Amino acid sequence: MLARLRHIPLPTLAVSAVVLMAAALSLIFFYAPIDADQGLSQKIFYIHVPIALTAYACFGWGAWKAFLHLWKRPPEADLESYVAIHQGVIFGALTLLTGSIWARISWGHWWEWSSNQLVTFLILFLFYSAYFMLRYSVEPGPARANMCAVYALFGVVLIPVSWLSIRIANDYIHPTVFTTNGPQMSGSMFLAFCVSWAALLTLAGTMYRVELAGKRLDSKLRELRELLA
Amino acid sequence: MSASEKYVAAAYLVVFVAVLAWVAIIAAKLARLERDVSELTELARKRREPADEREKVSV
Repeated sequence: MLARLRHIPLPTLAVSAVVLMAAALSLIFFYAPIDADQGLSQKIFYIHVPIALTAYACFGWGAWKAFLHLWKRPPEADLESYVAIHQGVIFGALTLLTGSIWARISWGHWWEWSSNQLVTFLILFLFYSAYFMLRYSVEPGPARANMCAVYALFGVVLIPVSWLSIRIANDYIHPTVFTTNGPQMSGSMFLAFCVSWAALLTLAGTMYRVELAGKRLDSKLRELRELLA
Repeated sequence: MSASEKYVAAAYLVVFVAVLAWVAIIAAKLARLERDVSELTELARKRREPADEREKVSV
């Protein structure tokens, strides 16, 4: 199924992202009810959590491409892994920003160092941010690709740790909405959440494909320049 | 606007601005790639011209 998704034309993906985003915003602000506990500020949930899940998905995809690079050595796996991790870092930064804004209005301060969930996600974000320092400190070539692939794979271990820390931490600061009993929200809220997540995944997919196309073109132009020099 | 409304607006605006910034960066990169393509096309043309002239002379 993922192989079929790759063949969706880029303009179709981009238009789908726009349509889904418009649908998500309509559902969030005109359909989903206002939360009884947190009031209007709970609306940040519909963008913060999908962005965090999309960041996890991007890091996971980057790690998968890294695994493929080490295992089957397809020629573009390293580049695809790099671009996926780049997208993950962008969405990770947005998770931290939107989360901080939500924290400010909910808890009265921008950050809580005593919260395991927040610190674990920050560690995950910083780990993958450091990926670029590693990548650009080594000359391009097979050695760099292998090192980056191993690094990306190590980082993927942090994803379930970050996800589970929301559940196993006992500070009860960060809300737990998805439990073993299912989503703790009304049907309309869950629908708005799902559409928002679909919109952000489609947006991430579009950004990934555009960036990948740009990098491929850049690489071919560099090769052409060397041939013509 | 109440405090809640401002913070909700800020959160959504942050995402919107980030996506816009990404689009701007990609547009700048695309402009650079287009300049590179023009430069390389010019380089390829210049390489071809002496070869064409050599052909004319030999005929």
